[in-house]
Amino acid sequence: MKGFSARLLIPVISLAILLCAVFYLQPRTMSYLGLNLLFNLAVPIALATIAQMIIMSVNDLDLSIGTFVSFAACVTAAFMPETPLLAIAILLAAIAAYAVLGFVITLQSLPSIVVTLGMSFVWGGLAVLILPSPGGQAPDWLRSIMTVKPPLMPMAIVASIIIALVSHFIIMRTTFGVAIRGAGGNGRSLVRAGWSLLKIKAAAYALAAFFAILSGMALVGLTTAADANIALRYTLLSIAGVILGGGEFVGGRVSPIGAVVGALTLTLAASFLSFLHISPDWQIGAQGAILIVVLGLRLIFNFGKRKGSAS
Amino acid sequence: MTQLSFLTSKPWIWSFAAAMATWVITMLFTGGSSFVGLSQATLTFASFSIIVGLGQMLVITLGPGNIDLSVPSTITLAGTVALKLMDGQSSWLLLGFFAALAIGLAVGLSNYALIKLLRIPPIIATLSMSFIVQSSAIWYNRGLRVKPPKVLADFTTEATFGIPNLALVALALSIFVWWLLEKSVFGRWISAIGQSPFAARMAGIPVDGARLMTYVCCACFASVCGFLLASFSGGAALNMGTEYLLMSIAVVIIGGTAVTGGNSNVPGIWGASLFMFLVVSMLNTYGFGAGVRLILTGLIIITVILAASRPSARAR
Repeated sequence: MKGFSARLLIPVISLAILLCAVFYLQPRTMSYLGLNLLFNLAVPIALATIAQMIIMSVNDLDLSIGTFVSFAACVTAAFMPETPLLAIAILLAAIAAYAVLGFVITLQSLPSIVVTLGMSFVWGGLAVLILPSPGGQAPDWLRSIMTVKPPLMPMAIVASIIIALVSHFIIMRTTFGVAIRGAGGNGRSLVRAGWSLLKIKAAAYALAAFFAILSGMALVGLTTAADANIALRYTLLSIAGVILGGGEFVGGRVSPIGAVVGALTLTLAASFLSFLHISPDWQIGAQGAILIVVLGLRLIFNFGKRKGSAS
Repeated sequence: MTQLSFLTSKPWIWSFAAAMATWVITMLFTGGSSFVGLSQATLTFASFSIIVGLGQMLVITLGPGNIDLSVPSTITLAGTVALKLMDGQSSWLLLGFFAALAIGLAVGLSNYALIKLLRIPPIIATLSMSFIVQSSAIWYNRGLRVKPPKVLADFTTEATFGIPNLALVALALSIFVWWLLEKSVFGRWISAIGQSPFAARMAGIPVDGARLMTYVCCACFASVCGFLLASFSGGAALNMGTEYLLMSIAVVIIGGTAVTGGNSNVPGIWGASLFMFLVVSMLNTYGFGAGVRLILTGLIIITVILAASRPSARAR
């Protein structure tokens, strides 16, 4: 429990500091509408980050998350309103494809980076075939879910909290989640304990695909249309989000709540920079600088902890 | 039996076999009419992937988690700055070249500073760095497109004895890296670090120095590639490096370098780079649409990885 809270501390502090800075720069964001606008696009990013986190917890890395989310968005926008059954069938097939990927990667001990790199071409190609030009539309129910106005807190915040809690429950509290993290921590001992590594990794990949599909659907609900390049940047954003949230590349050390906080931080960083009136030339560069500063904070904290434990 | 063990001991065979197969299939379609044209174009465009791939390979050899994502932005910044400094004047050629190298040096040093001093995982460190480098390129470029000096433009587009000059440059750099890895102490160091950083440190290898040198090398290779690419394509563009992010990683892994590090493979980079370009041109020749082309590219990459993986999986 102690490790859990320490892992979460830095991401939460970073988010709080950034939020205060935004409130200071633009006090009008300190409202129901303002917060909703600030965090609206965080919902799909948070879902994609959770998907990446699941893959990272079994010591793999998915470089196709961005194209896969775009693919899911294209399927949703193109087929969901008119022929929902077809859309659901395609998305289920995509989840099955991910399960097969996890299976094959484990069976042949393939490098996940390259296999998902290859898959990113496949998903991108399928997305282009489905929606050759930007378009499609969001089904009404999806649109109303994404624009619902709950009392007290804006939808974006409520949705983020729900995503964090649900994924925390699945990954940290269920036997299945423990098995996934175990596969990343020490696969061999998991096999000795009678688990099938193949099944666990296939299931982890399928679960990741499920969250990535939710991300694509949420994105369509917000933007009401899709195109094949809509979410390409999610690949790098999701990896950065997991690391910002205190996750690690190896060893099954991940934190679902941290990952959601990381995704919120990344979204907020973009708004913060636009409020600062930084020249557009330096917008991307400043985002890089924020990433470095937040990760640098982690170092200061770790130093403090080490001193504390030594004394 | 000896043939079989030869195949399994030389992982680069697969990438060359795949490249040959795609080359033959493309030739079949065109009836051999494009023999010289296709071969020269392939060698020229593959040279760029080979040069960035060599640097990326050195970094990946350092072991799990080591990767340089700042390659594309370094290519862009080096190309932009070098061309603007030379301003089309052949007499400023050396200045442009050294400016490109200096950018590589600076990016490599900054990358490793983030990794070592701030203990940021290499993927995120080089990613953050690439954002900053990309911004610098945007700021410096200002939408200008400066033409390369004539000497340089001619050099990068011409061929010597039928072999494109760029391919000769790539060959020279490949031989240098091969020598570095196979014959020099430095190469032994980075392979040792990739196999076990702890054992390497215990054996008295200057781990940090070797890692720093590797990241600097990778960034310098990227900046040389940017310099040549900008000269070849008649000017620098802000998106000129984009495709080399995935390309540099793909050619290294398809070429048979272990993704877990400690084992690198220079000939494989050639096979993989030729293969990656040939796949694209084969699919173009057959006149597929953009979507189908992407899907087939992906499936072919995965097939090659699967084919190449089998021996090592059995060996385990």
